[in-house]
Amino acid sequence: MPDRPSTLIAELSYQCPLHCPYCSNPVDIGGEKYRSELATEDWIRTFQQARRLGVLQLALTGGEPMLRRDLVALCAAARDAGLYSSLITAGTLFTRERAEALKAAGLDHVQISIQSPDAEDNDRIAGNRSFAKKLAAARHAKELDFPLTINCVLHRHNLDRIEELLELTLELDAQRLELANTQYYGWAVPNQQALMPSWDQLQRAEEAVQRFRERVGPRVDVLWVLPDFYEDLPKACMGGWGRTAMVVAPNGDVMPCQAASTIPGLEFANVRDRSLDWIWTESDAFARFRGTDWMQEPCRSCPLGRQEVDWGGCRCQALRLANDAAATDPVCRFSPHHDDVVAARDRAQADEFVYRTMKRPRVQA
Amino acid sequence: MTRPRLVTGARLRYDDVREEHLLLIPEGAVRLNPTAAEVLELCDGERSLDDIVAALSARYQGADVRDDVVELVDAMAQKGLVVDAG
Repeated sequence: MPDRPSTLIAELSYQCPLHCPYCSNPVDIGGEKYRSELATEDWIRTFQQARRLGVLQLALTGGEPMLRRDLVALCAAARDAGLYSSLITAGTLFTRERAEALKAAGLDHVQISIQSPDAEDNDRIAGNRSFAKKLAAARHAKELDFPLTINCVLHRHNLDRIEELLELTLELDAQRLELANTQYYGWAVPNQQALMPSWDQLQRAEEAVQRFRERVGPRVDVLWVLPDFYEDLPKACMGGWGRTAMVVAPNGDVMPCQAASTIPGLEFANVRDRSLDWIWTESDAFARFRGTDWMQEPCRSCPLGRQEVDWGGCRCQALRLANDAAATDPVCRFSPHHDDVVAARDRAQADEFVYRTMKRPRVQA
Repeated sequence: MTRPRLVTGARLRYDDVREEHLLLIPEGAVRLNPTAAEVLELCDGERSLDDIVAALSARYQGADVRDDVVELVDAMAQKGLVVDAG
């Protein structure tokens, strides 16, 4: 029996009013595969099964989870199942009225994304006029006594505003600030050259975070992680494949990580057909890269003995950079493909974004 | 620390799957031994530190629990998990 999962990431819908060019959703979100979203009772059954399997934390995310009309019922079901629920939202639909209904239904925590602390920049990056609504949403969350997390995905276009972002977090009285340096999956792949920061930017930002932590103390928990492309040892992606988390796509497919659908040859069981317990313990997709038996060299004889520290790093990154999902994550300095990671740091050239959209490509007559 | 309480959004839970006490916080969980769970249950923002020590001591036949309580509450406060209700 593998370890029990502690987190269920429920991608309720891939629809979203925002068009962020680094969205972690698959680039084929507009495709046939995701047309049919799960019904309310599918999600409720999944939450109940998740708790029995050991899940503690439920992330209600998307796309924009607030586009689900049954969100209040889903929050109540999460509470009844005994899960700690977090709403991961862009905030534009988090009106006072809906916030009150979610509070009454037992939602535990609200995380609101901000694209930049500057209104104009925020709206340009999001591809949507949303900054004022986000601030209003954060205030509603505080007024209703929700613990509030502000999340900002960082890249070349907003890293230099980190001090403003830290001040805004204080002003909004958020308990947590998640500074998520862009990871290059989903929509961030075609935008990599427009998003890749410089080493100087990252260093200045890290110093600003350090000064803020010393000044403010434990009142605000600031999460800062150096982006993979500037590391030379990989991170335990998702805490290790099939070790701590399950991701349920809007159509019910269950994946070990948000980007796993990019790995060819993996078949995902669906909550419409199988129990979460079966999917966790029996399904091929969860077993494929679990533990250490699947590892190749140089992981197999890792000179640092990190097999059970980083679990080989990220499978999607290995696929993309080494063309083999079972290879060592090229972020690792022992990977024969590590040079490609180093070279990518200097290739930040483009300024134009490819905005996320669910529209199908136009067919030329 | 006058009247300690759990930070907004922190919830004490007994996980009957893993059979252990937990403090659930946004996107995380802190494992607690049964004594720590008992102390944190008393951190309700109403009781003073003295009240908490007295209540716990009474439960354990007058044992001197002050140092343990102070140590735990301080450690949790440093992590931002317990705050002062004033």
